[in-house]
Amino acid sequence: MVKIKFIEHSGQEHDVETNPGASVMVAAVSNGVPGIDADCGGACSCATCHVYVDQEWLERTGEINPTEEAMLSLSTDRKDNSRLSCQIQVTEDLDGLVVTMPEFQF
Amino acid sequence: MTDASADQSKWSMVGKDPWTMPIEKIDLSHPGIWQANEFLPFMERLRLEDPVHYCAESAVGPYWSITKYKDIMQVDTSPEIFSSEPTIGIVDTYDEYTLPSFISMDPPKHDEQRRIAQPVVAPANLKRLEHLIRQRVCNILDELPLETEFDWVKEVSIELTTQMLATLFDFPFESRHKLTFWSDAATAIPGAGVVSSNEERWAAMEECLQVFTGLWNERVNAEPGNDLVSMLAHGEATQNMPPMEYLGNIILLIVGGNDTTRNSISGGVLALNENPAEYDKLRADRSIIPNMVSEIIRWQTPLAYMRRTALVDTELGGKQIKAGDKVVMWYASGNRDSEVIDRADEFLIDRDKARQHLSFGFGLHRCMGNRLAEMQLRILWEEIMQRFDMVEVVGQPERVYSSFVKGYTHLPVRLHGLS
Ligand code: HEM
Ligand code: FES
Repeated sequence: MVKIKFIEHSGQEHDVETNPGASVMVAAVSNGVPGIDADCGGACSCATCHVYVDQEWLERTGEINPTEEAMLSLSTDRKDNSRLSCQIQVTEDLDGLVVTMPEFQF
Repeated sequence: MTDASADQSKWSMVGKDPWTMPIEKIDLSHPGIWQANEFLPFMERLRLEDPVHYCAESAVGPYWSITKYKDIMQVDTSPEIFSSEPTIGIVDTYDEYTLPSFISMDPPKHDEQRRIAQPVVAPANLKRLEHLIRQRVCNILDELPLETEFDWVKEVSIELTTQMLATLFDFPFESRHKLTFWSDAATAIPGAGVVSSNEERWAAMEECLQVFTGLWNERVNAEPGNDLVSMLAHGEATQNMPPMEYLGNIILLIVGGNDTTRNSISGGVLALNENPAEYDKLRADRSIIPNMVSEIIRWQTPLAYMRRTALVDTELGGKQIKAGDKVVMWYASGNRDSEVIDRADEFLIDRDKARQHLSFGFGLHRCMGNRLAEMQLRILWEEIMQRFDMVEVVGQPERVYSSFVKGYTHLPVRLHGLS
């Protein structure tokens, strides 16, 4: 099992355990973590699963592909550690991952 | 308004049997079946028998109909194959009447312009507007008569969306009804009621440009503000926009935020009346409202389709689509696709994954105003439930003569106060 910590904009923390294979978005939604809407169900086409990845984990979450980059570039609260959580694959390597949610999904 | 029974056009499918007519003759683009509310079985047949369907002959020329959720998703997320240029309506507009705006642009220009306009409808900005919007909703609702028949479309749906637009543009409040007129004129089919000719339509657009140029000049010299005009006037990518492009973007925001929200407001009332058990659920638990808003937007699908144009030869659902072909994504059909949406033909205000509908589109062009639309509807229903036990539909709704804007021209209602 891989542990992921989701921190809401308010500071409220949610610790989740999940199996490798699924996405970070699925880990959040299937464990009832609020603040991730995932309107497109993981198709990288709505940007409502936006998270900020803790700097020390950023590299291990992998490359941003061009589609994700295109969607992120339209976001009003884009930061340099922004990711779409449906595009981050959960691996053993990510055990302990910490991500923060933006105030709003848009 | 052309009424359905008088729709004698040779292209109309009104009254035809959707299940026995030759499938290649099915033409969803003709407005008749939309106005007559007969479109559902035609779409159902296409989903079952020919989900990527070619209509070789229609009043608007040949085009493909995409009717399944997953195929629509595929088209919507492949802008390099399916372009939004030259237009997202099924009719190729004549150059002289075409207004450029980012909804009908591909990247990178689309992205540059959208980035400028987007902050005004981003949730952080909306939060600042919520109080004002609620006040305006309350004012409208408090003026409505109890136990008396009136037209919900005119008194509530149109009035509320118009006031909302005026708020966003910081448009002179007393002249706000011009916004509605321009919006209606921009999308009108000449001869169908709003304007009688393309020239008249164009005259309305010129007036709109003139008024908004005045607002631009006023705001470009002032401190940057939170309204849309100011944002465009001060935005790096938009401050040197040619007048026609400015007009195109203004019209995009007026139209985008007008018919769609208006028809969701009317559609919600109708859906709750047609599904009394759902109305009961709402009365029992108002915390359902945000979820219900998404379900109303799915159920209504205020824009029935968006069109793309194939840039290259490609394959979809086993069919060969040629470069240059028109490809129409019928959101109104995808939203009823039971392969993806559980009990898709039922209106369920507490359904699971209510947000996973196609009404806002997906991908780079996904509706920019989606949070604004949801907020308006949420506030409206919160305030309706504070005041009325029921908004009762007391007569037949009348629908818009359009296969694009899916909505109502008339919805007679009577209000019952809380007992
Ligand atoms: C329930 C209400 C609404 C519905 C169903 C709706 C639907 C849509 C759809 C389907 C698109 C996608 C266009 C495409 O893929 O080609 C779109 C785009 C757009 N909508 Fe909405 N809309 C609604 C409300 C609003 C509001 C309130 C605004 C006001 C600001 C707005 C502004 C826009 C804009 C500017 C675009 C163009 C986005 C782009 O091309 O990047 N919409 N809308
Ligand atoms: S769920 Fe839609 S982009 Fe991630």
